[in-house]
Amino acid sequence: METKRKYEPAVAPVVAPAVTPERALRVVTRSERNPGTALDLDLVRALRVNRSAVERRAATIPTRRTVKKEWQAAWLLRAISCMDLTTLQGDDTPSNVLRLCAKAQHPVRQEVLDALGASPLGIKVGAVCVYHAFVPLAVEALQDSGIPVAAVSTGFPAGLNPLPQRIEEIKASAAAGASEIDVVITRAHALAGDWEALYDEVKSFREACGSAHMKVILGTGDLATLANVARASMVAMMAGADFVKTSTGKEAVNATLPVGVVMTRMIRDYHERTGHAVGFKPAGGIRVAKTALQWLILMKEELGDRWLRSDLFRLGASSLLTDIERQLEHFVTGRYSAAYRQPMV
Amino acid sequence: MTTVSEIFETMAYGPAPESDKQALEWITRHGGEFGLFIGGGWTNGKGGELFDVVNPATTVKLARVTQAGPADLDAAVAAARQAFPSWSALSGHARARHLYALARAVQKQARLLAVLESLDNGKSIRETRDLDIPLVARHFYHHAGWAQLLESEFPGYGPVGVVGQIIPWNFPLLMVAWKVAPALAAGNTVVLKPAEFTPLTALCFAELAHQAGLPPGVLNVVTGDGRTGQLLVMHPDVDKIAFTGSTEVGRVIRKATAGSGKKLSLELGGKSPFIVFDDADLDSVVEGVVDAIWFNQGQVCCAGSRLLVHEGVAEPLVTKLRARMEKLRVGPPLDKAIDMGAIVAPVQLERIRKLVGQGVAEGATMWQPTWACPTEGYFYPPTLFTNVAPAATIAQVEIFGPVLVSMTFRTPAEAVELANNTPYGLAASVWTENINLALDVAPKIKAGVVWVNCTNLFDAAAGFGGYRESGFGREGGKEGMWEYLKPERDSGFGVGGSGSSGKRAKGNARAHGPRAPSPEPRVPPIDRTYKMFIGGKQARPDAPYARKILGVGGRLLGEVGEGNRKDIRDAVEAAHAAAGWAHTTGHNRGQVLYYMAENLAVRAEEFAGQLEALTGRSREDTRREVDASLARLFTYAAWADKYDGAVHHVPIRGVTLAMNEPIGVIGLASAEEYPLLGFVSLIAPAIAIGNTVVAIPSELHPLAATELYTVLEASDLPNGVVNIVTGAKDTLAQVLAEHDDVDAVWYFGNQPAAAQLERASAGNMKRTWVEWQPRNWMDCTQGEGREFLRKATQVKNIWIPYGD
Repeated sequence: METKRKYEPAVAPVVAPAVTPERALRVVTRSERNPGTALDLDLVRALRVNRSAVERRAATIPTRRTVKKEWQAAWLLRAISCMDLTTLQGDDTPSNVLRLCAKAQHPVRQEVLDALGASPLGIKVGAVCVYHAFVPLAVEALQDSGIPVAAVSTGFPAGLNPLPQRIEEIKASAAAGASEIDVVITRAHALAGDWEALYDEVKSFREACGSAHMKVILGTGDLATLANVARASMVAMMAGADFVKTSTGKEAVNATLPVGVVMTRMIRDYHERTGHAVGFKPAGGIRVAKTALQWLILMKEELGDRWLRSDLFRLGASSLLTDIERQLEHFVTGRYSAAYRQPMV
Repeated sequence: MTTVSEIFETMAYGPAPESDKQALEWITRHGGEFGLFIGGGWTNGKGGELFDVVNPATTVKLARVTQAGPADLDAAVAAARQAFPSWSALSGHARARHLYALARAVQKQARLLAVLESLDNGKSIRETRDLDIPLVARHFYHHAGWAQLLESEFPGYGPVGVVGQIIPWNFPLLMVAWKVAPALAAGNTVVLKPAEFTPLTALCFAELAHQAGLPPGVLNVVTGDGRTGQLLVMHPDVDKIAFTGSTEVGRVIRKATAGSGKKLSLELGGKSPFIVFDDADLDSVVEGVVDAIWFNQGQVCCAGSRLLVHEGVAEPLVTKLRARMEKLRVGPPLDKAIDMGAIVAPVQLERIRKLVGQGVAEGATMWQPTWACPTEGYFYPPTLFTNVAPAATIAQVEIFGPVLVSMTFRTPAEAVELANNTPYGLAASVWTENINLALDVAPKIKAGVVWVNCTNLFDAAAGFGGYRESGFGREGGKEGMWEYLKPERDSGFGVGGSGSSGKRAKGNARAHGPRAPSPEPRVPPIDRTYKMFIGGKQARPDAPYARKILGVGGRLLGEVGEGNRKDIRDAVEAAHAAAGWAHTTGHNRGQVLYYMAENLAVRAEEFAGQLEALTGRSREDTRREVDASLARLFTYAAWADKYDGAVHHVPIRGVTLAMNEPIGVIGLASAEEYPLLGFVSLIAPAIAIGNTVVAIPSELHPLAATELYTVLEASDLPNGVVNIVTGAKDTLAQVLAEHDDVDAVWYFGNQPAAAQLERASAGNMKRTWVEWQPRNWMDCTQGEGREFLRKATQVKNIWIPYGD
């Protein structure tokens, strides 16, 4: 019974396969896009979520796993590489958007990267996320970086503009160079249980996106129940979402681990049934390194290592980056760092 | 050397060790050797024998501790006895302060205790840090509250005396708390014996408690193996034994304490069902299973070790479970990122291996994850058996390891039947999103705790304990406090030196002098043949022998059937057939009891006359007995719809319902004094709650009871709820005690018979209530009330978290 093949020891570190800088640098090829499926209402309505049980699971995500020292540093770099560095403020202007784009390309100070031996990794963020108005500016600023520009769209954040306008908005952002579109759903459809309407809406968004990848924001803080979160996630994936995303960052409650548990379980279920891997993006309220690690642990535990790459995982954040930099500097120097020591986002 | 770049690619988990420095320093400060903690300080064992305590994750010796012998036990019990008068005389408030200080002491040294526990037991630091130690502190805080409220909430009750407590190795310090907190809150003093595999946190706690100002002798800790436990159980100056451990040892203790008058509570083994209906949230079920059987390496008495799944969802659930098992991490317990640590000792590991081998040999399908356990230390991987028949050994025997057996069911009724298909009855877990189904199934499961859509939740405010052979008594909540209290008037239970013997209440039946016989009637009376009363029918005895019942002056008053074991057998069958009585409403049962009183009232003079002829007491006096019997029936008619359970305040979003449930079939042997009232005083509370009974009336004066069956017949009492078997009381009671389908026995008679009966009760660990000192049944404080209702019930705690 005890002749097992491999053991991932907790104290003696795993002997990792030899990693060349080339391999580490390799651009992870994007998995095939989720083409969506027909709407399976029976399946959607049969979904059951027990809130208390989900909350208990969520509560142990940070307590059952942790990473320390080199592991923590590496995981934090991974978090940066999966970050949608975001500014979505009413007072955004070209100057702070350009600052964001600059930071996106050099998210960690060079001396820290050198000390970590991580310079060859070419760490940069997963994407820069802005309002439509700043898409051209960001595209231009990032043109040689390989960093995609994401635009929030469809009447973000409430998503209650007329449907034709929302579809036009997607098309305009795609035309302006956004290769990722973060759309918001009509929460009323989910609250009313009108899954056909939600499916049709998201499907029409997907068509408008064209080759741009679509992240579907559920606004989970508005959805009232975890069963609604599960059903809305499933419908969005059936309608062709490339990512499902928790929140706009503007709801009263944003990304929480229980919501993450439910959404990742839906992604797993969809993948098992259809073979299509859909990405996950928690957004809103993720401000400190520790929280970012919890989200990575959630992905690894509920979905597996494949979901720890930027093509299937994004963290929507802005101030998070500074806290991660502080932690990385602390790991390198052994001294607690200050925010002002890191170049401003 | 693993580099950051490599980890960035692999995204593996790395080591995350908790330091063992302070814990090892604590051991070193004691020279690596521990004496016994007696009378507020360390003493060396008088036998000089020491044994090793080993870290099961590394097999490295941690310390040497003392094997306590007879002289040590004498010293410990004497210290506890000496401390008892002043400790029990403290106000509840003063003891509350002490318990509060203990809670604080635990919190202040939380990490030391957590690490020490992990080192000693092999369980993960995550569990000791997040579950064991916080629950320990919570238990002392909660019971500080009971100490504070003792006088107001338990009037007329006081401490039992010196309590001997024997605890297992699976939750070493948590079991200390579960035992010590209620005992001290109630005013008892304690001699505690931790398990020989895991004595360190108990010793550490004793030291902390002393530093926190607990008076010397109030808590004494003696270490050792089963021999030490036996010495504690047998010690003549111990008033109560509280034991948590195997049913096997529990049985031995039951027999050993039989008839000693020692109060006993036992929390024993289990083979708890984990029931999954087809509308459950299956992903959450998977995590529930992880918490059920892969918590503490499955070394949990209430582990959900039998997975019962609706056949429609069995396949997807097993697939999900296997995927989840692949992700579990077994490794060094002090690593903060592992799920399962080490098995406590080689003997336990061997037992698990053997049972798993047997499961495979018997044809079940075994599955384990593809990764391997560490080879150093005592580790065992999570294991899942499918294709398991209820007849398989692994489906019946408590494995006490990370081994889950699964079976399927077709209907809710079959799920309940499978769930109850075990001699155990500790806990159960029910998973469904349908509240109607959950709340229908929960009361049908024979278990002391039922978790709805959750598992292995514990809290000081909710009672924990078993049905059937999982033991009796509760720990936690108000129901747990009763285990450490006794009526202050009571003298019947105390044994040597408890200082409460002799003060017996007034109004004893024996005080009544004999009376001159009534004049002979002129014409011979019509023969009155008394039969037994079984299943609602007047039944002739299995073997037609009759027993002559003589009245005062030796006059023949009648003959009753000489019951034998087959009559008892038939009566028990009839009592089981009447199980529907438990599901009638309290209102309905109350109506029947009122009606019984009404019908008895019509014939009150006749009953009084018969009692007069039987006992020779004055007519006035026997009439008072009949009237008291009427009033007693009224009392329990009143209680029938009022003996409410409780909703416990546990720290979850949800409710924990403490439901008072009938025990089942109770065998009653009533007292000789007050033949009618004594009889009514037992059957009325039992049936008011919903039990069915097999009642043996007073041996000398059974006619009062046999006459009563005509009252029962006239009172709409369903057939089989009360069965009456006459004959040799002690012999018949013994048959009841030996009957494994009888759930409780109450016996009011003599001490030797009581002892024999309690020994026999160990067969199915039925609850016993035995007394040999007479009660004053005429006195309402002694003859009726909550004490009787508590004996007639067992508390089931149903945890229902909610939220959508």
